[in-house]
Amino acid sequence: MDYATLLQILDSTIRLATPLLFACLAGLYSERAGIFDIGLEGKMLMAAMSSASVAFLTGSVWAGLMAGILASMLMAGIHGVASITFRGNQLISGVALNFVASGITVLVAQRLFGQGGRTPPLEGEARFNPITLPFAEELQGVPILGPLYYEVISGHSLLVYIAVLTVPLTWWILFRTRFGLRLRAVGENPAAVDTAGISVVGLRFAAVAITGILCGLAGAYMATALQAGFGREMTAGRGYIALAALIFAKWRPVAALWACLLFGFFQALALRPDVVQAVVQVKIPVPFLDALPYVLTVLVLAGFVGKAIPPRAGGEPYVKER
Amino acid sequence: MERLPRWADVALVPLISLLLAAIIAALVILAIGQDPWEAITVMVQGSVMNAYGWGYTLYYATSFMFTGLAVTVAFHAGLFNIGGEGQAQLGGLGVALCCLFLPWPHWSLALIGATFAGAAFGAAWAAVPAYLQAKRGSHIVITTIMFNYIASAFLIFMLVDVLRPDGQMDPATANFPEATHLPTLNEIPGLNLIFTSGVPANVTLFIALAMAVVVWALLWRTRLGYAIRAYGKSEPAARYAGISPFGIIMVAMMISGGLAGMMAINNVMGEAERLLGNSASGAGFIGIAVALMGRNHPVGVVLAALLFGFLFQGGAELGLWTKIPIEMRTVVQGLVILFTGALDMMVRMLLTWIFNLFRAGRMAKGAA
Repeated sequence: MDYATLLQILDSTIRLATPLLFACLAGLYSERAGIFDIGLEGKMLMAAMSSASVAFLTGSVWAGLMAGILASMLMAGIHGVASITFRGNQLISGVALNFVASGITVLVAQRLFGQGGRTPPLEGEARFNPITLPFAEELQGVPILGPLYYEVISGHSLLVYIAVLTVPLTWWILFRTRFGLRLRAVGENPAAVDTAGISVVGLRFAAVAITGILCGLAGAYMATALQAGFGREMTAGRGYIALAALIFAKWRPVAALWACLLFGFFQALALRPDVVQAVVQVKIPVPFLDALPYVLTVLVLAGFVGKAIPPRAGGEPYVKER
Repeated sequence: MERLPRWADVALVPLISLLLAAIIAALVILAIGQDPWEAITVMVQGSVMNAYGWGYTLYYATSFMFTGLAVTVAFHAGLFNIGGEGQAQLGGLGVALCCLFLPWPHWSLALIGATFAGAAFGAAWAAVPAYLQAKRGSHIVITTIMFNYIASAFLIFMLVDVLRPDGQMDPATANFPEATHLPTLNEIPGLNLIFTSGVPANVTLFIALAMAVVVWALLWRTRLGYAIRAYGKSEPAARYAGISPFGIIMVAMMISGGLAGMMAINNVMGEAERLLGNSASGAGFIGIAVALMGRNHPVGVVLAALLFGFLFQGGAELGLWTKIPIEMRTVVQGLVILFTGALDMMVRMLLTWIFNLFRAGRMAKGAA
């Protein structure tokens, strides 16, 4: 494998890791506050459909992004009502919302465009287009680092850079602000937070809302930047892979970045069977490469995580003493 | 605040949940510019108003009984098995290998062999996530979801590269031999008076009903069933009583996977008579809705499976005769899971409030 191929694979690694990273950080806020969310997938799907539809109808990707975030927050709100207000089973609520999203996205897209549940292809202002970072062209001649900067770091859409910046922002919010301290506390010991006179319900809804925003970004990125439009089931299990990355990262933001890059790398490899074959010297059937990210997720869950200790109050509804 | 009477808790709560799901579904249909009344008419006409429709409704219901029971058994052990879909696909592989490569003299023997093969393959596929949960603490919900994707890729590989006969284009196995053909309801003497034209529902319906009885007996009439339920209620208590968590997780998940795998005798052996890609077509997931709707009891599961058989067949009719896409089924499925599984507390609070209103009214009258 030559350097150019490596750069190509790293380039697609970053593009494929971005939706995972948004979704992973989304899950991080929710789970740190004690709300399990396996409905990341459904929220991403809703956001993808909404953003692609609105971007196509208005011709503005920003309007699309807003629509995607709103749709995702609506789903997050339902999850919040079910799991916080009515203290329902959080896993079941997530599964249910995934099914609703899977069906309703096709229904709405079919109603709007009549193209078998897809949106028409987006172009121009209706998409997030790649941006070239400063000096990328000029520095291309520098050996090794020049092409790396030009091919891998530069030339992504705005959302990719936002995703990366969300990582330090999340770290700062969680570990350096009062809100973050309370958010973590409510996932470990909600009774203590309640005793201090802070609303458990309010904090948890705030966390779920942030989850909605970030899943909205993930879905909008899928439909308006990574691809040019929405197709049925286009998230293809990324919400679940993001959850696995979250466990792998032990619910920490910076580790989440590395975990998502790793899973993005697996997905990038699955897209290039020729490269994999050249490296391992054996022909590997394509279905095996397709299954690779999922197999590696299982392996990661099974062995390499070490002891992943989830937030202590995760998954348990809080019942205030009477 | 007084509690709900038992009959209301068992029967009324699921029915109200179902009603709420139906109302939201009707609103969705309105929102996409279609007529909910027309939709329900088409669904009822095509699925339960004639023997032909029933033949399909019962066929789907058979599959859902297996997967619903599968989810039920795991639920009683406190495990959420979302992997029914993958386990059913692997079950299909087991059934296909059994039918293709063993010389069966008669369908009844083939059915017994295929049932065991499907169950064994499904159980084996569930055993890996179970082991990882029991020994390594990997969350079973995530691993079973991953195993669904892996199963689907593995089946594509088997069908495209291994089992596909030479010269055939579509990824599927060869047709099963004639001797493994299962009698459909219209071929069974007596029943053929009702089912006059060819329907896919077949003898495996009776196996599914028998399995419901077996699961009931297992859970409430055996020592193992007691251990499973005890573990599901409280792990520390079960551990203190000398029940091995490792054993229960493995056994419960393998029974669950086995039941999901058994589903393949209905769709692969009974209907398609060869193994196709994506053979389980979502039945594994519908098992979750069926188990929740049926309140994790075999009787409830059988009734809920019939309901979902109706929804599935009716949904197919919608796709054929109206402008409502077939994905409406997935939406209804999600709504039923949401209302029966996650918002049941809301429904219960609502009902308790109404009951208390009545009680208060009666007491006020008594005082006057």
